Amino acid sequence: MMNPANQTQFIDQGLASDPTNRLPVTLTINGQAYPLQLESRVALLDALRENLHLTGTKKGCDHGQCGGCTVHIDGQSALACLTLAVMSEGKAITTIEGLAQGETLHPLQAAFIRHDALQCGYCTPGQLMAASAWLSGQPPRTAAEIQEAMSGNLCRCAAYPNILAAILEAQGA
Amino acid sequence: MMDAIGQPLERADAHLKVTGAARYAAEWDLPGLAYGAVVVSGIARGTVRAIDAKAARRTPGVLAVLTHENAPRLRPLPDKLGKVLLRGEGGMTEARQPLQDAEVYYAGQPLAVVVADTHERARHAATLVGVTYDEQPPELAMTTARRQARPATFLGSPEEKLQVSIGDPAAALAAAPVRLERVYESAVTHHNPIEPLATIAHWEQRDGADFLTLYDTTRFLTGVQQIAAGAFSLPKENVHVICPFVGGAFGSKGWLFAPPLLAALAARMVGRPVKIEWRRQDMFTVAGHRSATRQTLALGATPDGQLTALQHDTQSHASLVSGFAEPCANLSRMLYQVPNLGFTHQVAHLNLPSPSTMRGPGETVGGWALECALDELATELKLDPVALRLKNYAEHNPETGKPWSSKHLRDCYARGQALIGWEKRNPVPRAMREGRYLVGYGMATTMYPAGRNAATARATISADGQALVESATHEIGNGARTIFRQISADGLGLPVARVRFELGDSALPPAPNTGGSVTTATVGPAVLAACRNALRALRQLAVRDAQSPLFGAAEEAIEARAGRLQLRAAPAQGEDYGAILRRARLPAVSAEGSAKPGPEKKQYSFYSFGAVFAQVRVDEATGVIRVARLCGVYDVGRVMNPPTARSQLLGGMTMGLGATLMEETSYDPRTGHPVVRNLADYHVPSLADTPEMSIEFLDNPDPHIGELGARGIGEIGCVGTPAAITNAVFHATGQRLRELPLTPDKLLRAATRA
Amino acid sequence: MHPFQYQRATSTAQAVAAVAPEPGATFIAGGTSHLDLMKEDVHRPSRLVDISLLPLKQITALAGGLRLGAGVSNTAAAAHPEIQRRYPVVSEALLTGASTQIRNAATLGGNPLQRTRCPYFRDPAQPCNKRAPGSGCAALGGINRGHALFGASDACVAIHPSDLAVALAALDAVVQTTGPRGPRAIPFPELHRLPGATPQVDTTLAHGELITAIDLPAFAGRSHYLKVRDRASYAFALVSCAVALEMDGEHVRRARLALGGVAHKPWRLPAAEALLVGEKPSEKLFRAAADAAFADARPLEHNAYKIPLGRNLLVQALLETSGLQALAGPAGTAFAASVGGLAGTFPAPY
Repeated sequence: MMNPANQTQFIDQGLASDPTNRLPVTLTINGQAYPLQLESRVALLDALRENLHLTGTKKGCDHGQCGGCTVHIDGQSALACLTLAVMSEGKAITTIEGLAQGETLHPLQAAFIRHDALQCGYCTPGQLMAASAWLSGQPPRTAAEIQEAMSGNLCRCAAYPNILAAILEAQGA
Repeated sequence: MMDAIGQPLERADAHLKVTGAARYAAEWDLPGLAYGAVVVSGIARGTVRAIDAKAARRTPGVLAVLTHENAPRLRPLPDKLGKVLLRGEGGMTEARQPLQDAEVYYAGQPLAVVVADTHERARHAATLVGVTYDEQPPELAMTTARRQARPATFLGSPEEKLQVSIGDPAAALAAAPVRLERVYESAVTHHNPIEPLATIAHWEQRDGADFLTLYDTTRFLTGVQQIAAGAFSLPKENVHVICPFVGGAFGSKGWLFAPPLLAALAARMVGRPVKIEWRRQDMFTVAGHRSATRQTLALGATPDGQLTALQHDTQSHASLVSGFAEPCANLSRMLYQVPNLGFTHQVAHLNLPSPSTMRGPGETVGGWALECALDELATELKLDPVALRLKNYAEHNPETGKPWSSKHLRDCYARGQALIGWEKRNPVPRAMREGRYLVGYGMATTMYPAGRNAATARATISADGQALVESATHEIGNGARTIFRQISADGLGLPVARVRFELGDSALPPAPNTGGSVTTATVGPAVLAACRNALRALRQLAVRDAQSPLFGAAEEAIEARAGRLQLRAAPAQGEDYGAILRRARLPAVSAEGSAKPGPEKKQYSFYSFGAVFAQVRVDEATGVIRVARLCGVYDVGRVMNPPTARSQLLGGMTMGLGATLMEETSYDPRTGHPVVRNLADYHVPSLADTPEMSIEFLDNPDPHIGELGARGIGEIGCVGTPAAITNAVFHATGQRLRELPLTPDKLLRAATRA
Repeated sequence: MHPFQYQRATSTAQAVAAVAPEPGATFIAGGTSHLDLMKEDVHRPSRLVDISLLPLKQITALAGGLRLGAGVSNTAAAAHPEIQRRYPVVSEALLTGASTQIRNAATLGGNPLQRTRCPYFRDPAQPCNKRAPGSGCAALGGINRGHALFGASDACVAIHPSDLAVALAALDAVVQTTGPRGPRAIPFPELHRLPGATPQVDTTLAHGELITAIDLPAFAGRSHYLKVRDRASYAFALVSCAVALEMDGEHVRRARLALGGVAHKPWRLPAAEALLVGEKPSEKLFRAAADAAFADARPLEHNAYKIPLGRNLLVQALLETSGLQALAGPAGTAFAASVGGLAGTFPAPY
């Protein structure tokens, strides 16, 4: 991974005086580098959905209140709506489109299907990205720990008991 | 043949949904797409004096600013859509087209659309639009509003009268040995599906005529199609509405048409496809809501608990441009055997946004009031709450006198009692504890009306042995894509793996809106009819084909099994579907089918029933309530797919839990601005709020609703749960809380008073 | 969102130099509160100086206490073994705040600077003296169920929303800053100010002054956080309470108490603290302290419930911190700090 501090100059560097002018921003998403021209105010979420058409990351509230836009940034779960794209440069971003290994679903994806842990499906990518980051490399969690840690991913269809069951199962996988 | 129906099959679209590949309305990538951002009203009542869009228009990337002064003209909404009354008192929707005049009826009303080449530029430029008003004091209080209406019916339906008196409820109440009158109040709640409203509108010229494509978050494709066609004076065929996935609806995304029309107006103006994604903040103003209610329940009874009178009077509110009435007496009118029954509905017209249906419209909060009042009566009479309900069990519909199509409510009560462990309940309030918590058990009856509408479908069997079945119904998380695939598989005599079901496109054979818990009973029979017609066409090919082993056979002697047509009497004699088509040099055979309700509704009263039991724990020192367990037992007819059905029920129950404990939208009492306008302040239940849930179906097919025997399940879970929890809180604390939601402040206030 | 200049800083000096001369410039680290308000059109910075790459992410020992770099994430701080062991009130406050994702992004320096959740502040269509000085306070006569009991003014009745800040106030943490006038140390209770006539100013920080670290002084007592909210998790406090208790044998040597959700800043309770000193813990004593704590509460139309709620919460927090009652979960976890716990009867969480 590139060191962002070395990669980018700082302080009055490389920015035009018209703030709506676009900046070169290279995002590394699911292992692939995407060079983009973006305004500084573009959120990572909008860069994904509008510029790269990676629409699996969902816009539910756009204010960090629903969890639908959860992605991984350097392995940790993050809200793409409250992240500026330009601040994501040099970081490893994983979206729902990069969760499965080719045709092989991530164990959580498979468990979500088995347990019917989704209905309308709109919050589902966020649920999966939040759970997969949080569980990764960790010992199995209790049901209560899952309830608490996943409370930032709202599911209005309320597939919650099935989401819990799926996560409990998948973390053993 | 019912091989697939009733099987616990995985969701047909689950793979798309867990990989992020399911495409929702805002996610279509159209060349030249521009972005619309909506400017909304900063006052609740008045007239727009001027809109200053100069600064916005000067912003780089801005293509247009639409206001009432320059937007294309729209024809008014029709009075009715099908049988549904749209406008007027008791009507469904906001009877007003967007950007056509300067009147302001509520804060947050759309006043302008800024279109720009990027989302960021449109949104920013929208903040630069200045609006001045001639402001008038808004009318915001339900009980004192000057304009009050008493609509005769809900949505113009003669079967859903809103003002009814049977027998003499007033006299019977006056004469009743035991009388109880209580007022119950519920807050405004919002659907808040996680997918906000969104539309992409795209105008084209096709054969010299205007053609409009709308990618819209809707559970009513044909409604959007008809309304848009009417508004723009187009033939219906020149409007194409596409929505293969809806990110949750819960009563929204159905009947408020301004959002797609605004996108269509904007796209027309700039000559490019335009996307409008509504902000979460706007979901509190343009997406509809459940009105607040103030309900007065009066019960008369004998000392042994026989109900002699029931009067249920509801006050709700609508906007100045909507006549929607929350039909709160839907349970009161039919649930118990009461000789003297009355109910009224009054609607106050306020400078607040237009309400709409929300999961269990009327039933959820009306049933809460009724079932809490029953609990209060049980306490008063020192009767077990279940026993009181059994005492007043209705053997037929008390309002119409018709027999039930199917009712096994007694079994629901009994099973629910066993599941929750009702016998452990000490009937004395405040008698049960667990550490520092008070513990309580409560129950309630739930029901939801069942029915069906007309629908059509098309089935296509291909020479490769695969089949495609289509209908313009909707996938809103209800599992439509899954259960209609199962129904199709059985209808076609094919394994599920060889059948695909498509929906979500107005170009497909028409189906009605997805709502009212009638989709299975409505679209299912149409799917079966289409499948039968396709098989008939295939049989006719076979029996006329001299090379077919079925040549010359009587059609009725042939059955369809596992992808083969074969003689019923000699199954070995037959051939697979593909062989018939290939020999006939046909790529496929296709047939449409339709289904509509018969006379059954004249003969029977159709309802799903259920019983909900709740266990709560209460920390009285802080007013914090948690639901430990919810048990629901449902009599909903035949279940098409147990896991997806269970999911709908647990979702409904959780939404009921939210309405009971935490969901509330408040408006400023002086300005009418929504004070709750985001998902941090509007609390929908999280995983941490999810109790242990037990859900069971009785699985008694309804013999009269159609050959599938399925009634609805989408809403009944939401009904009943609020009263079960509220009654459990009383049992835990001895406090009767009659104001939803039961947030800590309310319990603390009650405890302070006590 | 209004357009802005974006810059990355690689030293605190550069960051300060970039922000200080430009009135509309500001720092951004985790951005979870800032971007939210920029999207609401409440914050309109002309320049964002990105401090997320600065080397402020260490937690180091300091004269019996700990120095927490301002860039440490809420997640990292909550899980830090020394914080868990010596300052569970900090972990508990952090873990009952926001969601996993937000805690991953949010930083210790930014968290105490988040702005009020007052709904009128967040809606540019409504009057708010904090957002638009002189426009009036809509909350004062409006929906004020979530607003202040203490220290409010006619200009503003908003509350401070940070959980962490309540814990830091109770611990008498010290905020280390660097700014145009060089470095300084601010006692945490002096970081935030009361609204008075200038509610638009939340803190005593100068423009361009950057928080570099938060020092936790040496502390050998017990500490604990309790939080009441409308939802079982992922909600701001109605009222919360942080307790730091040091004992001399069976008697209280020093008690520090702070409430969240009741004032424009974390609200220390000196009268109640004084009542406890030298006494033997008992429910009766704690009740007396709680009564003293709320003696000068000034409720608004919709928030009087916070008085009994706060009193009871304070008593409960003292009972649990002093050991007279058991914690609801292991110290240093959200389970210890969440009043009411999780819904359900799922297997015991711990």
